[in-house]
Amino acid sequence: MNVFYFLAAFLLVRRLVKRYKFTSLFPKWQGMFKTATWILPVVYVANAIWLDNYEAFSDILGAGMLFGMLWYIDNEPDFVTQKPYLQANYPLVAVGVINGLTLFIAESFHDKHENYFQFATLAAFVWIFGKWATSNKQDEALRIAAERKAELEALVNARTAELVKQKENLQDIVEELKATQDQLIQSEKMASLGELTAGIAHEIQNPLNFVNNFSEVSMELIDEMAEELEKGDKDEAMAIAADIKQNLEKIRHHGQRADGIVKGMLQHSRASSTTKEPTDINKLADEYLRLSYHGLRAKDKSFNAHLETHLAPDLPMANLVPQDVGRVLLNLFNNAFYAVQQKHKALGGDFKPTVEVSTSAPPPAKGAAPMLVITVKDNGTGIPDDIKEKIMQPFFTTKPTGEGTGLGLSLSYDIVVKAHGGKLDIESKEGEYTIFTIRLPLK
Amino acid sequence: MKILVVDDEADVQPLFIQRFRKEIKNNEIEFTFAQSGEEALNVLHEAHSEIVLILSDINMPGMSGLELLTHIRHDFHNPPPPPVVMMITAYGDEENHRQAMENGADDFLTKPLDFSLLKEKLKTFGE
Repeated sequence: MNVFYFLAAFLLVRRLVKRYKFTSLFPKWQGMFKTATWILPVVYVANAIWLDNYEAFSDILGAGMLFGMLWYIDNEPDFVTQKPYLQANYPLVAVGVINGLTLFIAESFHDKHENYFQFATLAAFVWIFGKWATSNKQDEALRIAAERKAELEALVNARTAELVKQKENLQDIVEELKATQDQLIQSEKMASLGELTAGIAHEIQNPLNFVNNFSEVSMELIDEMAEELEKGDKDEAMAIAADIKQNLEKIRHHGQRADGIVKGMLQHSRASSTTKEPTDINKLADEYLRLSYHGLRAKDKSFNAHLETHLAPDLPMANLVPQDVGRVLLNLFNNAFYAVQQKHKALGGDFKPTVEVSTSAPPPAKGAAPMLVITVKDNGTGIPDDIKEKIMQPFFTTKPTGEGTGLGLSLSYDIVVKAHGGKLDIESKEGEYTIFTIRLPLK
Repeated sequence: MKILVVDDEADVQPLFIQRFRKEIKNNEIEFTFAQSGEEALNVLHEAHSEIVLILSDINMPGMSGLELLTHIRHDFHNPPPPPVVMMITAYGDEENHRQAMENGADDFLTKPLDFSLLKEKLKTFGE
């Protein structure tokens, strides 16, 4: 019966060969497998020749040899995955040992029940064989699963690579868009500066005329003063001297006025600065109202409007970015003048175009931060209800192509709400009026 | 000769007074000033018969110089000699010139004002 021990051992070796043939471990064990493959039949044949008559000894030797192999393989970490198959071999080892021992101790008992012993040996072997078959099946399933897994992993990797590439593309596009947006903001600034140019020219021309005139007249006065002194009329000379002094003050005043306009213009065109500083909002509102008005008049000389200013005299200084808030005001004024101009064109002479700016710092509600309120009101065409929602959107404009960028109000909204934490509200009745209200936190 | 000067810039007043220092001293010319078209009309309503000549800026907030001119030509044609009106503007362009002349202006001056030219013109009108 000892053929089964050798068969089991042989199957074990074959199985290992099969399992490890294509792994990195194979070269390490290849020699051992080869040796075992030819030693086992040799030992079996030797055993069959010399120990044929010593059945007990042959059984114990076979079982012992199988056990030794199992023990060795079981303790080898390289073969840890084969444990379930190894364990299927132990019943045969046990049967072999019992078989041999019973032969030694109680041969007659063994002979009497030999069928049972043979059956047990066979059953143990069939058990191994069954294990071999089922584990083969399992291994096949595992192999298929592993293949599928590898396929899926490759697929996932490909997808991931694709997504990463797409993400990088999108990031590039976002960067590009950001740069474009910055350029747009800058060109919007430049466009509104262009509209301002005529207004600025007018605003600068006036003080310059005064500078020239007062200095000319002062030169004449000095000649006259010299004449009076020669004549000995000291009082008249003193009067002329007082006039000259007054003129020099005027020259200085108008020089500073022109200086302020140029500085304001430079500030307006400068790429975004975000420094908040205490600002006199009344001065800012007045300045930009005039610039906007003169800008429009430079383009349409028949146009006239009443400018009304209701500026609260004791307004506290507000902490804000002057050129940005100036741009907001300029935008609102330009829109207001445009609206009254359109209405004037439609209605003609009887219509009295009026643009009104008011500032105030109303006492804050309990617990609320003190706010500065600026309203820009015009009695122009008004805003129809169906576009009220859209007018803050970028690129939305009702002006003919080429006249408006559609960015004015959306940038104004960003400046007031996002950069200053304020509010920008619209109230309008079509054909009647429009009121824009800016609320800015004072601190 | 009484002259009304209309300009929204307040410093036009000391400038004219100094430029015409001698004429004022010799009682040849007397100046009245208005800072807007509306104010000018008020002055004219009160003392229009005394005012011989009006010098008005075109570009002013509210009533423009051209509107003022139209009002003057409509409301103040009698008694006999209507006032001479000269328009002044910073934008010395054809359009304003044409409109001023159409509306009955007697002359047209551009800023910056050439005072010696103005004095020459005043002499002609004064005679």
